[in-house]
Amino acid sequence: MSAILEIQDVDKHFDISGSILDQIRFTGGKISRKKTVVKAVNNVTLDVQPGETLSIVGESGCGKSTLARTVMGLYQPNKGKIIYRGDRIDNLSSVKMLPYRTKMQMVFQDPYASLNPRMTVRQILEEPVKFHNPGLSRVEVRDKVAEVMLQVGVDPVWATNYPHEFSGGQRQRISIARALVVDPEFIAADEPIAALDVSIQAQILNLLMDAQEKRGLTYLFISHDLSVVEHISNRVAVMYLGCVCELATAKELFTSPRHPYTQALLSAIPKLGGNPGGHVKLSGDVPTPINLPTGCVFNGRCPHANERCTQEIPAQRTLESGTIVACHGVEEGRI
Amino acid sequence: METLIDIKNLRVDFELRSGTVRAVRDVSLTINKGERLGIVGESGAGKSVLGFSLINLISKPGKITNGEIIFQGNDISKYSYEQMRKIRGNRISMIFQDPMMTLNPVLTIGTQMMETVLAHMDVSKKEAEEICLDKLRKVYIPSPEKRLAQYPHEFSGGMRQRIVIAISLLTSPNLIIADEPTTALDVTIQAEIMDLLLELCETENMGLILITHDLAVVSEVTQRIAVLYAGKVVELGTAEQIINNPQHPYTQGLIKALPQMAGGAKRLNQIPGMMPSLRDMPTGCPFEPRCAAKLERCKHEIPTLKELESGTQVACYQRNGGDK
Repeated sequence: MSAILEIQDVDKHFDISGSILDQIRFTGGKISRKKTVVKAVNNVTLDVQPGETLSIVGESGCGKSTLARTVMGLYQPNKGKIIYRGDRIDNLSSVKMLPYRTKMQMVFQDPYASLNPRMTVRQILEEPVKFHNPGLSRVEVRDKVAEVMLQVGVDPVWATNYPHEFSGGQRQRISIARALVVDPEFIAADEPIAALDVSIQAQILNLLMDAQEKRGLTYLFISHDLSVVEHISNRVAVMYLGCVCELATAKELFTSPRHPYTQALLSAIPKLGGNPGGHVKLSGDVPTPINLPTGCVFNGRCPHANERCTQEIPAQRTLESGTIVACHGVEEGRI
Repeated sequence: METLIDIKNLRVDFELRSGTVRAVRDVSLTINKGERLGIVGESGAGKSVLGFSLINLISKPGKITNGEIIFQGNDISKYSYEQMRKIRGNRISMIFQDPMMTLNPVLTIGTQMMETVLAHMDVSKKEAEEICLDKLRKVYIPSPEKRLAQYPHEFSGGMRQRIVIAISLLTSPNLIIADEPTTALDVTIQAEIMDLLLELCETENMGLILITHDLAVVSEVTQRIAVLYAGKVVELGTAEQIINNPQHPYTQGLIKALPQMAGGAKRLNQIPGMMPSLRDMPTGCPFEPRCAAKLERCKHEIPTLKELESGTQVACYQRNGGDK
């Protein structure tokens, strides 16, 4: 099976040095110019197979949202390629990108911020249909919207209401409807349930899974909630400081995590009725993505780090189980 | 066991022009000395208002309209502002959700900590500084002497929350109210903060009220759990009973909705609908519109908490035989 989406060696860096005046430093009697760059995503290679859910997990600031936005063409990668069904799409002009926009859609985290408060639900949902299918009649557009609203569980009689008249869960249904209304094949969902209550989270997750089954969708699912990820994904990529440190099937990752960071992350999940303590404690804090550590990005907090980890960047290696892991310790058999 | 705080029939209302919002409705809870109680509920259930009302932090138009809060033999719900200041931040401390909002960004950590100590204790500046350093060590802040002179932005999120915890410990309180202390933090930091809170409660024999939406977190940290729905306690029992043998249909639904509990099934159990607005309550049981096991009388009468054989208290006609 060929991948629906390939991410090849992608880097995304943000220049935050500001204007020329902000960049000028006066040190040791010399004027120098210094650039400050946030290295949000570094050398990420991933492929997404048709019909699967690939999740990206990691703590805040690890670059998971940036990666999703780069995939969607909202950011230009500084290096590397994004390939969709064999076509390179990261360097296309916005006009050439149009056909891909109907195939690739995005659902955002906060349904309070991602729906325009001055548009009715009908306007929000009709806009993409009209834009991408200029040939459709008004009745056809309306029917299309009503059909999708029913699918996501929002009664079409509410179409004339504004977003603020809906609850958070209903709003998230509307933003999912907005993504589905152009019949996409691929949806990048960036923390779609993080802003919702537990009982509502289950409703939205079920909706996403139903839509996937009915329409054969492929998901790139971004989340920090590991128990949700375990439930919904086929494969999981763990990111730390802009790098993918482990990629495995959900089952493999949650039963036998290999990378020390994955192990720490999994042990930190609070368990229902579980015992406190017993968490793998990580020392120190996540370093800033401005000054990446040399060698393995995790070396400062890793309990197994040695001399080699501080100097050499670990390459991704495929293990017998199919897990891909970037760790010197695993390669040497120490972990 | 000695009672630390006894909340009796507490009711908190917000009088708005558009109507009265009943945020906390007749809540009765008892916490013993050194005990840890979890208050779980979804957003809008009234759990934060309940926490705030215990130390009279409800701002207008909110008001405690009924009930008593007995703390160390006195009803502190009737205390004046001046009297309350001696309790708040002294005998009862509070930890809030977002450490960046709680700490003053323009004052050093040292200034903020010393302020609390000097306000509540009769000590010299030198002694106050010693207390601050001691508490910072307790929450595992490395080189506290240096850290005292730093500002909040120089700390990471997890460190800031540890400083907030250190501040709440300064006066060796009997009770700490923690309102979603780890919601703004990552899982690895959350685990660290929860371990720390648990350890401190045990070593200092402090009572803890942990307010959160995360059932898994409370089940790890607290001994008893109260489940709040639409301003009312619908179930109260030991953490073990609530998690393994939930009685109220809402608690059952909440636990089944967690992906951890799906047990291989692909579809998650979902509770249909959403919580009623606190302004416009159903006349009967607040959960009735969403309940799969409702009876006829659930529509008209409000069930009260009744104790079952297992010791769990539950407010549901289906579970507690129905007699009032």
